Amino acid sequence: MITLAMLYLVTGAVFGAWSILSAADASNPKRWGNAGFWGLLAVSFLAGDAIPDFGNGLIVLALAALAGTGQLGRGAAPSSSAAQRAAFAARFGNRLFVPAIIIPITAFAGTLLYKFTPLGSLGLFEERWVTLILLGLGVIIALAVCMIWLRPRPITVLEEGRRLIDSIGWAAVLPQLLASLGAVFALAGVGEVIGSIAGEAIPAGSPFLAVVAFALGMVIFTMIMGNAFAAFPVMAAAIGIPLLVVAYDGNPAVVGAVGMLAGFCGTLLTPMAANFNIVPAALLELKNQNGVIRQQIGTALPLLVCNIVILYVGAFVLWN
Amino acid sequence: MNMWPLLGIALVVAGFALRINPLLVVVGAALATGLLAGLDPVAVIAAIGKAFNDNRYISVTWLLLPVIGVLEYFGLQQRARSVIESVRGATMGKLLVTYLLFRQATAALGLTSVAGHAQTVRPLVAPMAEAAAAKTHGDITEDEREEVLAMAAATDNVGLFFGEDIFVAVASILLIQGVFDSYGYALTPLQLSVWAIPTAICAFAIHSTRLMRMDQRLGQGRRGSRAP
Repeated sequence: MITLAMLYLVTGAVFGAWSILSAADASNPKRWGNAGFWGLLAVSFLAGDAIPDFGNGLIVLALAALAGTGQLGRGAAPSSSAAQRAAFAARFGNRLFVPAIIIPITAFAGTLLYKFTPLGSLGLFEERWVTLILLGLGVIIALAVCMIWLRPRPITVLEEGRRLIDSIGWAAVLPQLLASLGAVFALAGVGEVIGSIAGEAIPAGSPFLAVVAFALGMVIFTMIMGNAFAAFPVMAAAIGIPLLVVAYDGNPAVVGAVGMLAGFCGTLLTPMAANFNIVPAALLELKNQNGVIRQQIGTALPLLVCNIVILYVGAFVLWN
Repeated sequence: MNMWPLLGIALVVAGFALRINPLLVVVGAALATGLLAGLDPVAVIAAIGKAFNDNRYISVTWLLLPVIGVLEYFGLQQRARSVIESVRGATMGKLLVTYLLFRQATAALGLTSVAGHAQTVRPLVAPMAEAAAAKTHGDITEDEREEVLAMAAATDNVGLFFGEDIFVAVASILLIQGVFDSYGYALTPLQLSVWAIPTAICAFAIHSTRLMRMDQRLGQGRRGSRAP
């Protein structure tokens, strides 16, 4: 059976290779910082389950220290020139899209086949992680196709990957670290405190104002936590269920569904939602780290107003 | 109730506002929050380490980079640009509206991993949008180029967020169902996902209007500056 742990070993090996290549890259003035950063991640992926929790915590502190003191740089990794790329593009044509499309198609078609055909009963993949494992398999198939057809040197594959991961830099682990922050927030009871404050702040007697408070609470708490999933149980417990559903007799399905979507408007507005907002800014090599968020404000705010109207009309006007 | 842990949130907000390195901000806030809640330092560091280890699956996506990188080496972005240049009447706005529809529709069918910032935006959509903008408006300025690239990423997010909840088996629907269930309200996933449709339509209307307006705006700045 292919398990998530095996996928971690592959990922760890790739980070390890990037670490070694970084150490050997004399064109990067901060090469030891990069080597250390990707090396620590390699250790985490290869041996994280064997390391005690405290040891993994020290890895996190070391990653933050390396990034926070500016130890990560970028080398002049040799890639193809613009002219070479244009020549390659003309020669290989639209077939260049094929390996790029193999990955999502493997993940999608594989998941469907696994769920709806007897293939699923063979126990090929760890049940909880089927799509992620198939994504990893898709990467391997796509790489095999590239190697056979385009014939790059194997080192080129790793170097091109390193060029991209170095352009992303520390932002590559921010989403994972934010999940850790969420765990500590939960341990410290931050959610309950916010919920009780929000619950007390609402004037009594107006379902509409309660709807507004619920939606805004979802947005603000989502912006703080970086994710609507963390905000939803708290705001549902503080306002959604006791006020909107119980006291004002609103439609629970609308309160739940549209409340979550109001939170998604908050996800568009916060750097804490790093994998949606900060990572793409790094991936696209934007000068402004908040460039993606800036483009999203104009959609998120009017959409929040729409959500408040939909919530009020759906949960109260149409329901009663 | 102990209010002190809220200081951790203030630290996060202040750290991001002061543009301190986010890894440092997040780890600092986690340490401060745990200590203020009365946990001992070793327990806080262990909690951070455990959560980091349990969430490694988030970073597995970076396995994509060698494939994307090697395809870029062989001119994938250039190819994506020339495909757009060969489509008559293609503008940045029309391209991104089409992508928004594609992303919302596939996410609504549960196909959230078909596209994404690493899979589609960096190698395909962003260079196509840039080429389309340059094709319609001539050479765009560096600031406009940044805006177009950022808008390509923003369009992916809007399409994903306001499409996925129409699918009944997505994590957020299951979470809503679970929370309401624990308070004694039995909701079916279908009841919930139907109510994602009005917002999905609003999201499409608002964002596509903005995209088409941006198409006009990109042209106007240039024409204005050229006038004597």
